[in-house]
Amino acid sequence: MQSALSIDALSSQLLIGLSRTMILFIVSAGLSFVLGVLRVPNVAHGSLYMIGAFSAYTIVTALGSNPAGFWLALLVAPIVVAVVGLIIERGLLSHLYQREHLMLILVTFAIGLILNDLVKLAWGADYRSVMPPAILGGSLTLFGFAVPRYSFFLLVSGPIVAVGLWLFATKTKIGKISRAAAVDRDMVGVLGINVSWVFAASFVIGCYLAGLGGALVAPTLSITLGMDQTVIIETFLIVIIGGLGNIWGAMIGSLIFGVGQSMGLLILPQYAVVFPYAAVVIVLLLRPTGLLKSVW
Amino acid sequence: MFKGIIGSRWRVPIALIAVVLILAPLIAPLFWVYILALIFVTSLLAMSLNLVLGYGGVYQLHHAVFYGIGAYTAALILAKTSLPVWVGFVAGPLVAGASGLVIGWFCIRLTKLYFGMLQISLGSLIWIIVSRAYSITGGDNGMHDIPVPALLRSSNGVYYFTLAVLIICLVAMYLIVKSPFGSTLQATRDNPQRCEAVGINVKRHQLIAIGIAALFAGVAGVLFVGLERSVFPGLLFWALSLEVFVMCLLGGWFTFAGPIVGAAVVVALRTSVSIYTDYWTLVLGVILILLIFFLPEGVMGFFLERLEPQPVEEGRQLANVEG
Repeated sequence: MQSALSIDALSSQLLIGLSRTMILFIVSAGLSFVLGVLRVPNVAHGSLYMIGAFSAYTIVTALGSNPAGFWLALLVAPIVVAVVGLIIERGLLSHLYQREHLMLILVTFAIGLILNDLVKLAWGADYRSVMPPAILGGSLTLFGFAVPRYSFFLLVSGPIVAVGLWLFATKTKIGKISRAAAVDRDMVGVLGINVSWVFAASFVIGCYLAGLGGALVAPTLSITLGMDQTVIIETFLIVIIGGLGNIWGAMIGSLIFGVGQSMGLLILPQYAVVFPYAAVVIVLLLRPTGLLKSVW
Repeated sequence: MFKGIIGSRWRVPIALIAVVLILAPLIAPLFWVYILALIFVTSLLAMSLNLVLGYGGVYQLHHAVFYGIGAYTAALILAKTSLPVWVGFVAGPLVAGASGLVIGWFCIRLTKLYFGMLQISLGSLIWIIVSRAYSITGGDNGMHDIPVPALLRSSNGVYYFTLAVLIICLVAMYLIVKSPFGSTLQATRDNPQRCEAVGINVKRHQLIAIGIAALFAGVAGVLFVGLERSVFPGLLFWALSLEVFVMCLLGGWFTFAGPIVGAAVVVALRTSVSIYTDYWTLVLGVILILLIFFLPEGVMGFFLERLEPQPVEEGRQLANVEG
């Protein structure tokens, strides 16, 4: 027990937790955006994340030893997912926004089922893995600790995405319109803005983030069917406890999940998964509408 | 659907279905008798969810947890204690109902999606504990070869037992829905503010409904143990809850019998399509989307709309107002 709680173990667990936090943040920010603007609880978000990971695998494998493969995957895989999202939004969701919430859960559940089987058709049920590029392999020394370069890369990417998303939502016109549409879609429509396309754009951005999360997570775990399941439940809870549609809330929620679980491993390895869920229960009982302000 | 006593137009179809179900084991192959029994269990689970979801308007997003608790309670009593069998069969639903009240008590202070998410978190805690407590529950592997009475060891025995319990539960649920409590519950779904204003304790009604629904889910869990003689953590995983939820919406959640249709469709589809292809969820997904587009009230809702338009239409409008 003494050795398990040494500074080394603590810092390396913290690092693992923080890397996981960044992935969770990117995926849940997308979910939060869609939930905030479109009010669609997108149960298929995990499947989109999985498609991002598998697309990244295909791109990296296709380019073989070329170190540009990973960077190209990081660029292209989210776009692939965004295109899938655009098709889903225009083909299905855009006709169904008037339905009840529960029906939208049913629709996105059905979409998730279809996407999961399409992934199985396209990539099969095997385990896949992606190597990070040489420049992100190995580790570097930071404040006297050995930090895997890829973890460091994730730690930097998360906040960049957060700031980028925040700038997009608060400084650009389309971001402002989408935030307005989240509050009162009818009023935005009355002002002569094509709300339908604002919704499409918001959904596509949400899907892009799911794909980006999938591409970023690819080198850190084995890519396989079913990887959507843990992510979808965790990101939903993150979005709820953070405050619906609130980017910074998503970051706090991701910290609770990522760090809570990795620290839990040090204390109670067998039941480590309990910690984030218990944290969610406590947050919801104390602050029922989430930690930060919700847009709903 | 059932107005007052069973409406005259329903007597013939219900009698026909009853005769077919009673004769089924004599003519159908063994495999399909088993599938029918599985449909009964799943139907009961979906019906119990619909008590809170359809009639109570509560976002019960993690209903499977009570199903699993019922199943595990019965399985543990049967396998690990020397208590009589009936104790296990009675304790399952009771423990499930009690856990429904406890979880419900925590969740009921929140509404809608928040309610559902808190329930998923609490349910996931139970799921984690069950799937990791190897020494008691067998952990991820679950428990197998649970000793059940001789009656349930024959395929016909378990079939008739499941059918009988299902019918008893259906009658009980029907009486609950039609009771003053059931009417009040539906009123709290349709207009909670007004109910509060006339002095109805909305939260208490919802909480009681959650307890009753959890009790029936526990009965379904016990039936599952009787049928499969095994339990595993998947019984209380949230993915199963989502599936049951889909059955209610698919069959028609403003109708009494809708969830049975939804459960039958999903179980039958999974069984028959997966004989031909590994991609049965693709087929299910496509069918769901077609249904959402063309039969928005669910399968039963669609047929009822053709027969008696008012109740379904009313329910839908109210749901829109509420949403």
